[in-house]
Amino acid sequence: MPHFEKPDEGSWTEHYPKLGTGLISYEDSISPEYYELERTAIFGRTWLNVGRVEQVPRNGSYFTKEIDVARTSVVVVRTTDGEIRGFHNMCRHRGNKLVWQDYPREETSGTCRQFTCKYHGWRYAVDGGCTFVQQESEFFDLDKADYGLMPVQVDVWEGFIFVNLDPSNTVPLRGYLGKFAAGMEGYPFGEMTEVYKYRADVGSNWKLYIDAFAEFYHAPVLHAKQYVSDESRKLMGYGFEGLHYELDGPHGMQSSWGGMAPPRDLSLVKPIERILRSGNFGPWDRPEISDLDPLPPGINPSRHRTWGLDSYVFFPNFMMVVWAPGWYLTYHYWPTAYNRHIFEGTLYFAPAKTARDRMRQELTAVTFKEFGLQDCNTLEATQTMLESRAVTQFPLNDQEILLRHLHKTAGEYVRAYNAQGDPPNAARRLRVADAAGLSG
Amino acid sequence: MTNQLPPQFTDLEPFADWALATERERYAKRLLSTMDELQAFYDAALPRLEEAATYLEQLPLDALPDDARRLLQLCYSLINVSFPIEAWRQPRVPDSGASTLDVVIEPAI
Repeated sequence: MPHFEKPDEGSWTEHYPKLGTGLISYEDSISPEYYELERTAIFGRTWLNVGRVEQVPRNGSYFTKEIDVARTSVVVVRTTDGEIRGFHNMCRHRGNKLVWQDYPREETSGTCRQFTCKYHGWRYAVDGGCTFVQQESEFFDLDKADYGLMPVQVDVWEGFIFVNLDPSNTVPLRGYLGKFAAGMEGYPFGEMTEVYKYRADVGSNWKLYIDAFAEFYHAPVLHAKQYVSDESRKLMGYGFEGLHYELDGPHGMQSSWGGMAPPRDLSLVKPIERILRSGNFGPWDRPEISDLDPLPPGINPSRHRTWGLDSYVFFPNFMMVVWAPGWYLTYHYWPTAYNRHIFEGTLYFAPAKTARDRMRQELTAVTFKEFGLQDCNTLEATQTMLESRAVTQFPLNDQEILLRHLHKTAGEYVRAYNAQGDPPNAARRLRVADAAGLSG
Repeated sequence: MTNQLPPQFTDLEPFADWALATERERYAKRLLSTMDELQAFYDAALPRLEEAATYLEQLPLDALPDDARRLLQLCYSLINVSFPIEAWRQPRVPDSGASTLDVVIEPAI
């Protein structure tokens, strides 16, 4: 008997009949050939979140983003007229990476009047135009106007900066993000500017880490020791049930209860949490900022009184978690190989007004890291055993609906890409997709 | 040696070396400590945490005197050390083995 009501079909999963309820293959997470297809089919074509507007506060502010999976680096900059633009981070002379410090593969940020290539000193205005060519008269009929930086599509939703690396893309960002984003509009993202950012190099396919954060079925077990022992036994006895699950195009969301902030019974939380009134779900008391009450209509869709958080998977690699006590976090998964990716977790709070506020945030941030470390290592363990192929078909339960949806969606993008292109290549790609059990 | 912490927290002076500016330093010191060392720090500092928070919240967060700033950093270390003591029974996160999760941005204070 479920604690929370499910759709009339009897399960969240069966509410979306195309998902099926059968066993699933993880070949899409252990095949180097499949990864090669994903690079173009997914990361070369979808809107990717690369940062927030607070990272480019002034005209001339810029940051770079390494997008290894799409074989590029982009530089995002606020131009002299205040517009946010993006370019492939590449000099037009002989292709050197344009903006970097010390290590070419490390991301950087700053403020400048123009970009100067380290190699031969070509210069570009922050709007991308080429402004200076060293020994220009040595070139042959070269017109600087033809050698501006190569632009990428950039758009901003609620302060989140996205790029799309497909020059022929015609899908606007807001349309791509769909109803979940529309339902969050008006949330005070712009006031939550106190940032804690974590980064890990993880030995697993990118989708496996999304899987880990797209279900909370694991939380009472993997993270059992984070709770005092009575609470831990209680949580494991209950297991986990989400309040609400929903899919929209390639994206998915779940809404969860959150009895820990503050807990009904203070003896169930650790001493430091009792003293500071904070924990995994955030500081127990909401910050004094506007637009948290009432929340935008899409947040807490079931309007449940025990609501604790909403967790969104924006395809392909961007997650957002909005927490009841008034803060949010984002996850990004940047693939670097079929079995490796860079994970970024970023926590956003309203700036602390007092040292006590700041300590409460610190406790939440430290708790996030303690959980995250357990997750990272588990993923390496999963990846290596999946690669053994000793078992190739796996059952997913109803609380894992977002995983089923993620792998199916990735497969659909790869299949759509396969359907295009020259016949010999298409045939080879289809064989790879077939092997991953995704054709049909 | 002069006092590192505000006068009403002199009992915490033996632990003033936990006043570290970054999470990376605090976490590294935790991993290099024995459980006995962590327990001694926790037992001394936890009963003073509420008083420290009350003392520090009277002061402007962006202009803390040096001794108050060190006290705040010591409290951050206590938060970090609370996990080995209250949850893990060991300095390292269990089953975290070779994995790392590094702070790349944190508030200046």
